[in-house]
Amino acid sequence: MMEPWDRAKTARALLAIDPAGLGGMTLRARSGPARTAFVNHIPKPHTRLHPAMATDDLIGGIDLASTLESGALKRKRGLLYRDTKLLVLGMAERADPQFTTLLAQRLDMDDSPCLIALDEGASEGETLPASLADRLAFHVNFDGLAISDIGVGPNASETQTYGGVHFPETLHHDLVTLAARLGIDSLRAPIFALRAAKAHALFRSDSTVRSEDIEIAVALVFAHRATRLPQEAADDTPPAPEPETQSEEQQENTTELPQEILLEAIKAALPPDVLANLANGTAKRGKGAGSGKRRIGNRRGRPMPARDTPAKSGSRIDLMATLRAGIPWQTLRKRALPDHAGAIIRPSDLRAKRYQEHSDRLLIFTVDASGSAALARLGEAKGAVELLLAQAYARRDHVALIAFRGTNAEVLLHPTRSLVQTKRQLASLPGGGGTPLATGLSAAIDMADHAKRKGLTPTVVLLTDGRSNIALDGTPSRAQAASDATAMADALNLQGTDAVVIDTGNRPERSLADLSKRLGGAYVALPRANAQRLSVAVATHLDQ
Amino acid sequence: MKQPFPFSAIVGQSDMKLAMILTAIDPSIGGVLVFGDRGTGKSTAVRALAALLPPITAVKTCPVNSAVPADCPEWANVTTKETHEIPTPLIDLPLGASEDRVTGALDIEKALTKGEKAFQPGLLAQANRGYLYIDEVNLLEDHIVDLLLDVAQSGENVIEREGLSIRHAARFVLVGSGNPEEGELRPQLLDRFGLSVDVASPTDIDERVEVIKRRDAYDTDYTAFMLRWQAEDATLRDRIISARKTLTKLKTSDKTLRDVAELCVKLGSDGLRGELTLLKAARAYAAYRDDTALTRSHIRDVAALALRHRLRRDPLDEAGSGTRVTRIVEDVLGA
Repeated sequence: MMEPWDRAKTARALLAIDPAGLGGMTLRARSGPARTAFVNHIPKPHTRLHPAMATDDLIGGIDLASTLESGALKRKRGLLYRDTKLLVLGMAERADPQFTTLLAQRLDMDDSPCLIALDEGASEGETLPASLADRLAFHVNFDGLAISDIGVGPNASETQTYGGVHFPETLHHDLVTLAARLGIDSLRAPIFALRAAKAHALFRSDSTVRSEDIEIAVALVFAHRATRLPQEAADDTPPAPEPETQSEEQQENTTELPQEILLEAIKAALPPDVLANLANGTAKRGKGAGSGKRRIGNRRGRPMPARDTPAKSGSRIDLMATLRAGIPWQTLRKRALPDHAGAIIRPSDLRAKRYQEHSDRLLIFTVDASGSAALARLGEAKGAVELLLAQAYARRDHVALIAFRGTNAEVLLHPTRSLVQTKRQLASLPGGGGTPLATGLSAAIDMADHAKRKGLTPTVVLLTDGRSNIALDGTPSRAQAASDATAMADALNLQGTDAVVIDTGNRPERSLADLSKRLGGAYVALPRANAQRLSVAVATHLDQ
Repeated sequence: MKQPFPFSAIVGQSDMKLAMILTAIDPSIGGVLVFGDRGTGKSTAVRALAALLPPITAVKTCPVNSAVPADCPEWANVTTKETHEIPTPLIDLPLGASEDRVTGALDIEKALTKGEKAFQPGLLAQANRGYLYIDEVNLLEDHIVDLLLDVAQSGENVIEREGLSIRHAARFVLVGSGNPEEGELRPQLLDRFGLSVDVASPTDIDERVEVIKRRDAYDTDYTAFMLRWQAEDATLRDRIISARKTLTKLKTSDKTLRDVAELCVKLGSDGLRGELTLLKAARAYAAYRDDTALTRSHIRDVAALALRHRLRRDPLDEAGSGTRVTRIVEDVLGA
């Protein structure tokens, strides 16, 4: 059993031995004594990075000041390409795809530096982007660490060539099989585990990898990557090592390692809640950051490289970039205009600032307008829409409303953030008829797709109290309707749209809970929901 | 300096490897798009590709790697007529690259120190007659994508800025890789890639073990490992060179052309680009296998590579376009 602090210590010691091969580590911890103690012990010199750094700073560009001073072109090297072998990334959970990719490309190179990513994410989804996490061997979580657990930092060992470490052949197979049983797809994981085991052998000043090295390596590398726990003697596990490997194992007595022992080592390294999720098979796989969630504007957000766009009204001039564009021409222009005093800047030199910002959200209320309770439900939905819109300015939400009944779905309110328009359009609401759930979801999919194209981030809120009984093609068949609804839910999930299912029935409907699972979204049972409670439920979900 | 991981040493991923070999045989097929999960060897394969490509003859000091002195652009002031052999260029287009860097711009140093207007070629010039590689192509900024689309279509890079009016040849094979979880690719850019491949981690344990072993050998026993695999790479390179020769003599019957056309109509792929690419890819494949005539089996084997990304997307079809292509190929050409 390894405490987080020990894990962090070991991880750091191994990184000191093989910095490039292991890539680095993620430390997930909120600000506190443990994090401070760890950060203080990060060896110097290191380069500190921040997710809001501009591309130029990271990968280099022209150094304007010294170019002007010396009269010759001077480039500055980006932070990622300087000689420092250790990068420390603060607030790693804020890294966007652009930043992540630049960093990942650097880590893929031969002489790559080692990255320590400090992840301060508060909620589950707020974490280091998966493409970066995959390139770092270790992950340590300081949750629930007591002050008394904090010891002194480890001694950094000398970097040694580790080509000489003996690694028994059969262990390759063991590592790969174990990774497969834990549902780890990326092949980087077993490679990291192998290198970590070798590094640990060196750490103990041994020339052969032994079982304890492997145990520690898998606990450090595999534990946080696991997406499932193998069932005891499960059917889908690959057959045990063949007889010949076993005989080899017997020769190598020191490295005989039943997989179960390694599994125990991994289990011990996992926090209990994660373990429970894994056992239920409900653990979420890392998703990409989703580039649909950002867009480029010229007013706010993270700075991007400047462009020579024609100056639109409202865009801001990037003075530095403009000067940079104009200065090389000064000698030539001065020749043409010898009497002109000062710098000659032409319109073509102008560079506009661009920023990347998070996009506005769009809430698509998809409301069941069938049956008897339809009018009440629609009325409350309308109320909730208006309540949410009232706060929309601060939260930058747009709202749309789709009602489905009979055999079709109707867009009652196109995406808007105008309260006035909403009140006018939702004045009269039709109700009654069958429940074409699939048709409603299909309309929501279309709208979400359009919204994404416009740079909005859609969330579908489904309000219903019953089972689907009209199929996609309008036939009243329960079985067909159910399978259509499932298919559309899958399509919505595939599209990557967030969803919430709000059950307004008097008794929670099991099929709706299943549907929300299909949608990959939350399920909220709100019997006799009123507008107030509805808007609170949606807002809570969105803030998660 | 460590050489990249050898191409032949990449375990499995036969589709990806085949697609890259085909474009090496016939660059006019037009590039490869590799989409897949993390840690599946996408970028490893592209970087390894350089070693496979036969060298090209280029005029010395020519910034766009022209084959004969007459092709050198005027602005470059190439005085020498000598040529030399250079490795096929494989140029990386980094994600954060500015427009100036890609198309080329005013040579700041010359302007500043000598007051001269001179053009400094960009990545597109360097990539002429070679490969342009974009990692995470789906995250590329829109204005760079627009620029690439324009150049890829015309084969010429045109720069019109204050006082500068420059054009030069920019014919390159576009190789893109990306992770679909990060975002989709614009259909217009998707079209520009001749072949597309979906890669996934191998599921076979033995294959995965082999991946780890080879990687380990590359790290620990570099010299011996390279000695063994560079020989394989050389064999593959020879095969590519001989396939280029075979390609010119390869016969294509009208019946095969009909097959290709029928297949594309059935699939409803947009435009004639699909047909053309499929035909070229099938011919390159036949040449690679050292066959003398193009047959149905060649078309069948490369149909998915050439057509998969040209179909309209169907959100309900979880199996993916590759399966759809295979199904229709079986319908049209027989299993």
